[in-house]
Amino acid sequence: MKPDLSTSWMGLTLAHPIVMGASPLVDNLDSVKKLEDAGVAAITMHSLFEEQLAADQLAAHRFFDGPANSYAEAANWFPSTADFKLGPDAYLEQIRKIRAAVKVPVIGSLNGSTPGGWIDYAKQIEQAGAHGLELNLYALHSDPTKDAHTVEKQQLDIILAVKKSVKIPVAVKLSPFYSSLPAFVTSLENAGVAGVVLFNRLYQPDIDVEHLALERVLQLSERSELSLRLQWLALLSPKTTLSLACSGGVHEPVDVLKALMAGAHVVQVVSSVLQHGPKRIAELKKGLAAWLEEHEYESVKQITGSMNLVRCPDPSAYERANYVKLLQGWHARHR
Amino acid sequence: MSPRHVTIDANEAVASVAHRLSEVIAIYPITPASPMGEFSDDWSAAGKKNLWGQVPSIVEMQSEGGAAGAVHGSLQAGALTTTFTSSQGLLLMLPNMLKIAGELTPFVLHVAARTLATHGLSIYGDHSDVMMARTTGFTLLCSNSPQEAHDFAAVSHAATLKTRVPILHFFDGFRTSHEVNRITLVEDDVLSKLVDEDTIAAFRARKLTPDAPVLRGTAQNPDAFFQGREACNPFYDAIPTMLQAEFDRFAALTGRQYKLYEYFGHPEAERVVVLMGSGCEASHETVEWLMQKGEKVGVLKVRLFRPFSAELLAAALPKSVKALAVLDRTKEPGALGEPLYQDVLTGLHETGRSPMPTIVGGRYGLSSKEFTPAMIISVFDELKKSSPKNHFTVGIHDDVTHLSLPWDRSIDIEPKDVVKAVFFGLGSDGTVSSNKQTIKIIGEETDNYAQGFFYYDSKKSGTVTMSYLRFGPRPIRSTYLVDKASFVACHYAPILEKFDVLDVAAPGASFLLNTPHGPDTAWASLPREVQEQIVEKKIRLYVIDGFKVAAEAGLGRYISAVMQTCFFALSNVLPKDEAIARIREGVKKAYGKRGEEVVKRNYAAIDGALSKMHEVKVPSGADGKRKRPPVVSDAAPDFVKRVEAMLLVGKGDQLPVSAFPADGTWPTGTTKWERRGIALEIPTWDAGICIQCNKCALICPHAAIRTQLVDPAATAKAPASFKTTLFKGKDLGHAPSGHPWQYTVQVAPDDCTGCGLCVQFCPVKDKANPRHKAIDMAPIEPLREAERQNWDHFIQLPYFDRTQVPNELKASQFLEPLFEFSGACAGCGETPYLKLLSQLFGDRMLVANATGCTSIYGGNLPTTPWTKNKDGRGPAWANSLFEDNAEFGLGYRLSLDAQKGLAESLLKGLAPKLGDALVTSLLDAAQDTEAGIKEQRARVASLRQELLAIGTPEAKKLERLADSFVKKSVWIVGGDGWAYDIGYGGLDHVLASGQNVNILVLDTEVYSNTGGQASKATPIGAAAKFAAAGKSSGKKDLGLLAMSYGNVFVASVAMGAKDAHTLKTFREAESYPGVSLIIAYSHCIAHGYDLKQGCEQQKLAVDAGIWPLYRYDPRRIAENQVPLQLDAGTPKIKARDYMKNEGRFRMVEMRDPKRFATLLDAADANAAERRLVYEQLANVQHTRSTKPPEKP
Repeated sequence: MKPDLSTSWMGLTLAHPIVMGASPLVDNLDSVKKLEDAGVAAITMHSLFEEQLAADQLAAHRFFDGPANSYAEAANWFPSTADFKLGPDAYLEQIRKIRAAVKVPVIGSLNGSTPGGWIDYAKQIEQAGAHGLELNLYALHSDPTKDAHTVEKQQLDIILAVKKSVKIPVAVKLSPFYSSLPAFVTSLENAGVAGVVLFNRLYQPDIDVEHLALERVLQLSERSELSLRLQWLALLSPKTTLSLACSGGVHEPVDVLKALMAGAHVVQVVSSVLQHGPKRIAELKKGLAAWLEEHEYESVKQITGSMNLVRCPDPSAYERANYVKLLQGWHARHR
Repeated sequence: MSPRHVTIDANEAVASVAHRLSEVIAIYPITPASPMGEFSDDWSAAGKKNLWGQVPSIVEMQSEGGAAGAVHGSLQAGALTTTFTSSQGLLLMLPNMLKIAGELTPFVLHVAARTLATHGLSIYGDHSDVMMARTTGFTLLCSNSPQEAHDFAAVSHAATLKTRVPILHFFDGFRTSHEVNRITLVEDDVLSKLVDEDTIAAFRARKLTPDAPVLRGTAQNPDAFFQGREACNPFYDAIPTMLQAEFDRFAALTGRQYKLYEYFGHPEAERVVVLMGSGCEASHETVEWLMQKGEKVGVLKVRLFRPFSAELLAAALPKSVKALAVLDRTKEPGALGEPLYQDVLTGLHETGRSPMPTIVGGRYGLSSKEFTPAMIISVFDELKKSSPKNHFTVGIHDDVTHLSLPWDRSIDIEPKDVVKAVFFGLGSDGTVSSNKQTIKIIGEETDNYAQGFFYYDSKKSGTVTMSYLRFGPRPIRSTYLVDKASFVACHYAPILEKFDVLDVAAPGASFLLNTPHGPDTAWASLPREVQEQIVEKKIRLYVIDGFKVAAEAGLGRYISAVMQTCFFALSNVLPKDEAIARIREGVKKAYGKRGEEVVKRNYAAIDGALSKMHEVKVPSGADGKRKRPPVVSDAAPDFVKRVEAMLLVGKGDQLPVSAFPADGTWPTGTTKWERRGIALEIPTWDAGICIQCNKCALICPHAAIRTQLVDPAATAKAPASFKTTLFKGKDLGHAPSGHPWQYTVQVAPDDCTGCGLCVQFCPVKDKANPRHKAIDMAPIEPLREAERQNWDHFIQLPYFDRTQVPNELKASQFLEPLFEFSGACAGCGETPYLKLLSQLFGDRMLVANATGCTSIYGGNLPTTPWTKNKDGRGPAWANSLFEDNAEFGLGYRLSLDAQKGLAESLLKGLAPKLGDALVTSLLDAAQDTEAGIKEQRARVASLRQELLAIGTPEAKKLERLADSFVKKSVWIVGGDGWAYDIGYGGLDHVLASGQNVNILVLDTEVYSNTGGQASKATPIGAAAKFAAAGKSSGKKDLGLLAMSYGNVFVASVAMGAKDAHTLKTFREAESYPGVSLIIAYSHCIAHGYDLKQGCEQQKLAVDAGIWPLYRYDPRRIAENQVPLQLDAGTPKIKARDYMKNEGRFRMVEMRDPKRFATLLDAADANAAERRLVYEQLANVQHTRSTKPPEKP
């Protein structure tokens, strides 16, 4: 019997758990259609970055408007700058186009920088037709006078405000760097959030030692990154009713299985698709289905969370003892 | 529909009609007409249609000559066609204009009338250009205001189709073209009724078509030409009547009636002025005022100048007139009188006027010189005399030929209910932009008529702008700057230190000052002179820290909304809430289309403004100790103190004729006296980590940071803060005192623009703290005084002996720059090349400079940057035209060689007296090195001594030519607009000439000076005016074209990417005894990014293969080497990596990402293909004989 691959993600019923995570592929409608052809379960937009929009507008203001009307022979140095947009319009328009082009759910993604921005853009993404909204909470806090509680409170306030202003389901994409991730996830649950994405992959600049400069690099994920996700999925899975997404490190069908077993309802894939093309979605789905069938699983639901903290045979492996155990095991193997 | 009012300038008003009534528009940018073409392009790009539902086709040509040719062809083929031009551009159109008129072709040419270059160039307005067109056979029709320009454009397009004679419609450049005024729009339905479709049908019936072929442009012989020329007479005879009929039809449609010769004034006037253009408006206003005083005066406005209708003129003039002054806004040296005067005189005689009034002619308003009611009154006063002065001038003080009339500056005829405001701002603070909005708000949202006029100093960085606003209950005819303003604002407090800002303030005026000082300390911060004016005129003083409010709102120093809000609050033109609502609307309209961020921040600034504005309690008397600093140092030359200082503080109008050279010859090296003090931050030097590479000095666009070797013996007198450190180089020996050299880096704090290029270009980072470099930018205030003293000390130190400077990059910066402190933009990418040229060859260099940015920052008054060394030697510089620069420079070479030839023959003739040794050494001198040149100069000095002693006529003749024996370096300099487009024909000819000239093309890939129009150097994917969607074709490969001659030294350089290559190339080019062409990448504000990143962008351009580096040296052929050397590797990065950083490319991406992606691919492909071509060329072994070109 073919196993039932369907799952649920932030209240939406999906045909299977393999979701396209935030990627540049959504900028191109042809790629989007190829993803649908490959059978993707849902498509996540890359984030609308409020900070980027503001920076673009301010730069345009500085370089186009700044020199204007300052010299007798030229009122300005550019053709009319009015007919190109630096606001969210292009992003919203792309959501509309994708919605019109494909049948699978489309999830908007937002990284705001001001309270007003979070709310305004969330509403606009909803109006553009997104089925759900992923809030990308990632921000770096370098101010030593701002404690963790303050930061988390601000984040919750934003989430509450967004929740109030939109009707579509809202998921939150988190970084792993919380003192108590379960407590924060509980707060999210209380705030009415529908899902949590684990984890954001952080932009981490590299150092060019020859030129004493920082290099901006955004590398594709590697399979080794999966472990951290598995651990936290397993820890959170039994303690929250929220749907969980695994994002980062899923490259092979077995990675999908592991994420589901740890407690994910869906996996978001990006790097693997960027490397192998949209057909990778179909391959992962096929691999998942084959494994389930071979191992006589009835459904994805059956496997979801099967290896989480409370169901796995040796829960201490997920907790602090993990480190000790691993060393012992290492000694044992090499004795 | 009730008529709509808009508040726009004449350029927009004219273009709005021309675009709606044309099918083809061929243009070429020229100030002040460029905006008409740009509006048309913007509208067509946005799909705006003409009256017949088609989007007019816009084409930018390579010159006005080209535009005229395209226009002529388009007309012949039957399309309704127009163009816009001005000044020199009109001159280039003249040949086609004669043909277009000779063929009786309906066509309208709109001209923003501008001064023709004579003893100097001027971008401002007068009628000298249109007067050159009076023999073309065009109808010459003049409008006097933005409303008239709008209306006359409509009538012109309709009338030319009827009369078949083309019309040159003109209005005063700047005064009308750029004056913002409330006008009533001519709607489409009026235009439809005005333009007779039958006349269009008739025009089309005459078009060239193979279906009914005809021939035009025949060559005719004596038997035919004359009669044929006379055959057009009936058409000209009919024009006055037909044209007036068109104006009458227009009046019936709009209610605005115009007469071709329109009289306004007393019906029994005894004294009348006759004139054309914007001066008619001021005259109208003045006549009205004089009539109220009971004077019998009038003004006759001549609108139709060609064909001149003596009958209509005579009929318009009251019979009572006893004295007539005909005022021309042009000068025709040597003529009996200026053109309008001559025509009026002839016309009244021919119509048999009796009694004939006394008729005198006068000149006024050249180059937009002010023409005020006081001047007009002085003309009327002159006419009261029994024999008034003829051929007078008014508006200047002529103390040489004593032609000028005096006038009373205190006269003020403006009604009290007209509100007048003057704003002094900085170019980059948004002052003019917001004032343009203010005028729109008042003109369009209140019942007031409103007028705005704007003036800019001629610098491209730290520009001071002046905005003149008027509003009131009646149409505003005051075509002159505002005086006695009831509101004055100074948006940047340091302007008070230089300009007499309150000179324009009326008693009791409000004065708004943007200053960091609060109400308690502001008074004490003012110069004594300003305090005195405030007290004397009982001015109310308001202060606001606009920069703080703007910064808090996240707008940096863009204070426009803050100051605009304060203006509305103080002027009470609108209730406060309504004013704020309108300002917010204006902000939304200006910036909202691109997104909300800038709008939001401006809203915050507006909301924060009023509570931060404070009135200052003014004491009963001035108590300040501090007076304004002198404009220039007392050490400056007399001419600088007497003349340039007046120009610097905006008081040039007060200088008499005798102050000026009669032939436009001007001293060099005057920027150094200006000391503008515009930088907010200046570089500071850390001697401890500096590696003494001199790159900071090399890249500085303004020669404001310099390096030098210092003899420790000379540092004894140095100020305490003057820094030196042991020189690390080994190859420059010891200082004269025998000590090791010390090294210093010094900034000129008052000449630096704060661009930051030097810091970006500095390669040295502190190892423990890489953010800190060997030079860092730091706020100027705590440093200014000390650095002034340090600079004064530095500048009197001797420069390193140029004969001992080795040929390498670092050492090149020990050579004295002879191009300094220009008015170029902060961060300019062109000027570092010019400065380097001046260092290498400046003391024996002649520069031919094409019109453009280089000629403006190089030669615009008041002060100019080309300078001379302590021996009095330096670049000799001249600008001829835009289009002829290569030929102009070639002329230098021919002239120098001719004089040298004569000198050689005289020398040989005098050999018996001079001795063979001297003669031979002079003739055979090797001048390949600085030492060789120094020796030759010494020989020339000895020769002169000998010749003076000989004393024969031949000896005297040779003495005057003796300079010729010293090698001269001819440099032909200009931008890409010149080299790739308008001057390319001449450039190509010079390339083929084989003469010893050097051509430096400062390639910004766009017309920079006239505002960013596309040139053939504009690269694929860049947005520019006339290529708004991004240029889809590749850049012309000028270098490759030049290489095709085989005997031209050709190079492509980018100083920011590979500076040593630039230096090497300059030296090799100069030493090549034929034509050299260097194409130099020059970053520019028209590229849309922070220019302090300019060098990084140059590197990326080279790495992406977008900008190649190479040298093609024909000398190598004789050495059996391939002439072309590629000096950069194969592309390392994608075009995107370079293009993503610049606004000109980003605009295209934002507009259409998909199209941009294809342009990126094309840019990569172009770069790769060109590289392939070059690589193949770099492998071609030439076999032809290519000794350096021989003289014919």
